[in-house]
Amino acid sequence: MKETQTLETKKNSERSTERICGSEAVIKCLIAEGVDVLYGYPGGAIMPVYDELFKYQDQIHHVLTRHEQGAAHAAQGYARISGRVGVAMATSGPGATNLITGIADAQIDSTPLVCITGQVPSHLLGSDAFQETDIVGISTPVTKWNHQVTRAEDIPEVIAKAFYIAKSGRPGPVLIDITKNAQFGELDFKYEKCTGVRSYIPVPKTAPESLQAAADLINRAKKPMIVWGQGIILGEAEAELKAVIEKAGIPAAWTIMGASAIPTSHPLNVGMVGMHGNYAPNVLTNECDVLIAIGMRFDDRVTGDLNTYAKQAKVIHFEIDPAEVDKNVKTDVAVLGDAKASLQALLPLLNENSHTDWLQEFRKLYDIEFEKVIKHDITPTKEGLTMGEVLREINKQSGGNAAIVSDVGQHQMIACRYSEFNKTKSNITSGGLGTMGFALPAAMGAKMAEPERDVVAIIGDGGFQMNIQELGTIFQTQIPVKIVVLNNEFLGMVRQWQQLFFDKRYASTEMTNPDFITIAKGYHLETKRVTKREELAGAVEEMMASEGAYFLEVCVEKEDNVFPMIPSGASVSDIRLS
Amino acid sequence: MNEAIKTFTISIYTENNIGLLNRISAIFQRRHINIESLTTSQSEIEGVNRFVIVVNITESQAKKIIGQIQKQVEAIRAYYHTDEETIFTESCMFKIKSDLLFEEPQIQNIIKDSDTRIVTVNKEFFVLEKSGRRHEIENLRKALSAFGIMQFVRSGRIAVTKEEMKITEMLLAFNNQ
Repeated sequence: MKETQTLETKKNSERSTERICGSEAVIKCLIAEGVDVLYGYPGGAIMPVYDELFKYQDQIHHVLTRHEQGAAHAAQGYARISGRVGVAMATSGPGATNLITGIADAQIDSTPLVCITGQVPSHLLGSDAFQETDIVGISTPVTKWNHQVTRAEDIPEVIAKAFYIAKSGRPGPVLIDITKNAQFGELDFKYEKCTGVRSYIPVPKTAPESLQAAADLINRAKKPMIVWGQGIILGEAEAELKAVIEKAGIPAAWTIMGASAIPTSHPLNVGMVGMHGNYAPNVLTNECDVLIAIGMRFDDRVTGDLNTYAKQAKVIHFEIDPAEVDKNVKTDVAVLGDAKASLQALLPLLNENSHTDWLQEFRKLYDIEFEKVIKHDITPTKEGLTMGEVLREINKQSGGNAAIVSDVGQHQMIACRYSEFNKTKSNITSGGLGTMGFALPAAMGAKMAEPERDVVAIIGDGGFQMNIQELGTIFQTQIPVKIVVLNNEFLGMVRQWQQLFFDKRYASTEMTNPDFITIAKGYHLETKRVTKREELAGAVEEMMASEGAYFLEVCVEKEDNVFPMIPSGASVSDIRLS
Repeated sequence: MNEAIKTFTISIYTENNIGLLNRISAIFQRRHINIESLTTSQSEIEGVNRFVIVVNITESQAKKIIGQIQKQVEAIRAYYHTDEETIFTESCMFKIKSDLLFEEPQIQNIIKDSDTRIVTVNKEFFVLEKSGRRHEIENLRKALSAFGIMQFVRSGRIAVTKEEMKITEMLLAFNNQ
């Protein structure tokens, strides 16, 4: 900033601008947006920007990942734990396409990202130039907005718009593709934050009558049930949700993306809905009289068969995105708008209530689930180690204060089911897209965004090998993440389905794994392998106490299954306990 | 449960930006919906484009698609209408050998009766143009094809709605914020 002011004084011009090149403008825009760290990988078409990053390295920290996919997921982890916009950068062609999986993941999980890609010079566009790819075309269906910049003078306005769109309303990823000539070109730099786009309504207006109608339904309900989603976290409406459920005495369940918004220990928190969610909230979805969905989108993994989903209930949907209303489940009352404001306005309209008998039904079903599933998962008596007991031990050592970053598969379901969360934004996982390889880079981003927090990545042996190269980033950048690989030598979730639905034909799910400890040691990480129950507590304690990055491999039972389970296409009430 | 498939005219007011066509057509593609016709042009508002898209879908599909189109950042507003709710037309052109105009007097009658306009005539060919409903154009095409058509082309549907579109008010409201 000082430098800017000096320049301006020198110019002694009336305009508060300075003449700089496009690539420097990119960096100045990022700094103006408060970006302190970004993840990326250099290459030909983005080199001018990297050259400027070098000059500004005291103001903005670029983390060199080992793969662009790692950069995108790291930016996601950064955004998910902090609520700030994650930034990833890549070169044209393969650099840009490697970001796509992370961008798609951010789109379906509403994560604010700004991805900046280099592009071949504009005179070469469309000519099949070296490392040219139509990344704007490719990323269109998986971005909230994208744009190609071909002139330096457009850079500040486009980047300002990118940050505004990524973060406002229902957040999402934005991709900005900048041609090399725009990076080299000069402009009179002036940065103004974007505060609105005329064709875009980030938060729809809330109709007061919809709030009243919702309150009336809730006040009359005998068996109300809330299912909240990530909208609570994105809208920072945790306190408002808590106030609503406490005042009206409503049992509240969560989707995977909503996990941790209300502490798991809260007496009205009745657990997770969905395919591997808790027994009570799934079964009772089909017994409640009013279903109140808040900031969730009735994903098929949540609803199972739509024709038998909550047909007996009146459905209220609090939602920021009008396109989600009636998309999957027909609502009786839709309350459009921001979750925080809507719940604030709802609270005074609600009667105090406790619904004791109704809540008791959740407890009864929990007890059944505990006897049949949970106790065998978290306090097993059989010989092999379970994933559940590893989570139990992590809960014990972290006190429920760690952020848990899970990958995709059986361990993810176990992590979401059994993690204890005291703080919001603590469950970071790839929910909608189910991206294996997400957790390791996402954990790096999460730890860098919130260095004070313990960040524990829970990963399967399959997913770990999908972005294993990021151990290099963890080593080089010295990111003190805790990495737990739950190794069952199988692609466990697919194997489970093969066992249950494909007559145990284990097609391509058995993994012959390398020695993960040797690999982690190659990156100079502290390591431990646990194969016996008596080693577990000590190893987890050592991991949580360690200062730096730590790699813990736990060799778990090979053919355990995750239950409860709603078979694909079945009704939520047909959830199986075994 | 089985909702009827109907013809809907989808009108979308958008910013005039590169790539928006791709973004909008992708929404139909994702749901495996065939676009019967698509026209894009300047709208009544300076700098605002209008897409007119014709699809055969159910009304609940139409509602969901409108929601997903409208949430695109550069889409200002989207609507769907039935044929009864719109005034619509298509236009078409025929290129036909000039000899026929003189050798087949019937052609002149067809032109006259169908309100078809002769755009140009030269020694080799003449060009006809007609606007109207699909069946009128089809009837004309069938009548002329008996004589041989060198080229035929039909435009997508263009349509205006009977109901008022409050786009200008919407944009003004944004400007006054």
